Amino acid sequence: MAALTGAEVADLAATTVRELNQALHAPEPAPAWRVLNPRGAHSVACGLRDEVTIDIEGHVGYYCAGMNQRATVTVHGNAGVGVAENMMSGTVRVRGDASQSAGATAHGGLLVIEGNAAARCGISMKGVDIVVGGNVGHMSAFMGQAGRLVVCGDAGDALGDSLYEARIYVKGTVKSLGADCVEKEMRDEHLTELAELLKAAEFDEDPADFRRYGSARQLYHFKVDNSTAY
Amino acid sequence: MCGIVGLHLREPSLEPRLGELLAAMLGQVVERGPDSAGVAVYGDMRLSPPGRAVVSLLGVTPEQASTALPRAGVVAADAATVVHAESPVAELLAAIATALPQATAIGSGEGFAVLKGTGNPVQLAESFGLAGVTGYQGVGHTRMATESAVTPEGAHPFSVGPGQCLVHNGSFANHATIRRELQAQGVEFDSENDSEVGARFVAHHLARGTDLEKALRLLCERFDGFYTLLVSTTDSFAVVRDAIACKPALVAETDAWVAMASEYRALDVLPGIENARIFEPEPEEVYVWQR
Repeated sequence: MAALTGAEVADLAATTVRELNQALHAPEPAPAWRVLNPRGAHSVACGLRDEVTIDIEGHVGYYCAGMNQRATVTVHGNAGVGVAENMMSGTVRVRGDASQSAGATAHGGLLVIEGNAAARCGISMKGVDIVVGGNVGHMSAFMGQAGRLVVCGDAGDALGDSLYEARIYVKGTVKSLGADCVEKEMRDEHLTELAELLKAAEFDEDPADFRRYGSARQLYHFKVDNSTAY
Repeated sequence: MCGIVGLHLREPSLEPRLGELLAAMLGQVVERGPDSAGVAVYGDMRLSPPGRAVVSLLGVTPEQASTALPRAGVVAADAATVVHAESPVAELLAAIATALPQATAIGSGEGFAVLKGTGNPVQLAESFGLAGVTGYQGVGHTRMATESAVTPEGAHPFSVGPGQCLVHNGSFANHATIRRELQAQGVEFDSENDSEVGARFVAHHLARGTDLEKALRLLCERFDGFYTLLVSTTDSFAVVRDAIACKPALVAETDAWVAMASEYRALDVLPGIENARIFEPEPEEVYVWQR
């Protein structure tokens, strides 16, 4: 523990994730960190509350940068299940691929995945912006409530299933739309919004190449006519 | 939860390290299933000498096996006892059924052995002597019991056909129905475990001449529930996930090996992982690698 105080390099070959996270949770953590040898460890850089910058040099396991507030976390590798889960603010960037449930239930901030994201990217998103450079897996933005999901590649089955109010932009193909998700008109304000998101994510894509999807709002109210369907 | 690891070697020079690598992989998924564990290893000279029938047993001590089967070789491995003999597999199984009626066969065939027991997976791997095992292919499992009791019989792998193995993360919802259907066709079961039903289903189809890829596609059609499966035979290594794909799976592939695990950290122990092609299997897509 003492070895980490005030230091900016944390080598997970020599330090536990718990020690790293405790150091990052200190009242005044160092402003910039490099994390070495993550080797798929779980819960790296979770629960951050301060404006720190963290570069993780390698692949991480589950729930990296979960519950993030204000911090800027970059994973120079792949991320496991639930990266940036329940993020509140700040930025999380994955240079490689992300596993399932990236950005799940996140309320705010920006999650950028430069590679592909697997199934259920943005499940139950509540205000986060997620920009994916590659493809997303099936049931992405499932039960999305607020925020924006941008997919520069293709989307898998059941995109936006049971969507509430999150907005989805896809450049490539959509294998299928989930229940109550429909394609919507791309108006000027959407092109402007998308351009801002792509710029924030540092992707050089043309907003005009994207299509917009959203909720048809047919599942908001119980319809007795459908009662036999359950 | 449950943790799955598997390693299929392409590079023969790695074969002396199979057990060491498999033990390291298993150690990374202990938290996923700390109640019991098991492994199947293909090609170890001590556990499965070439040209000899091999049967892995629960419910008997090595001494009981040596006494009852004086001409067989006996290898002790924690709760499991491995017996091998120079005879057809069916004859060895019949001799065991007669001489050791209390025994449960947890694997039979040539060139492979199954070891399993209850307790901490790392300690089990040590008691199996896993780090010293050699061979060309291995699968391992750490179990978090959900569908049946914590017993050696309920631990994975389930090996119910010659040289075949199945390990499972998840749960089958309709296993009781399929169990009754298979029982009606004469299939016998050793445990109440849902995963055994999957293994019996696959073995049942393989025994009828179906290839592994087709058998796993049939399983996808018939089984409800959550599953990531790693299924192996003496020449194949296969992965399949259900349509929802909520149970994790990662495959890493290099020229020297193919590996599958529930979590990346179990793959990180492998030589050359930094240059591996890593991907998540697509839902209901059957991946098969042949030897």
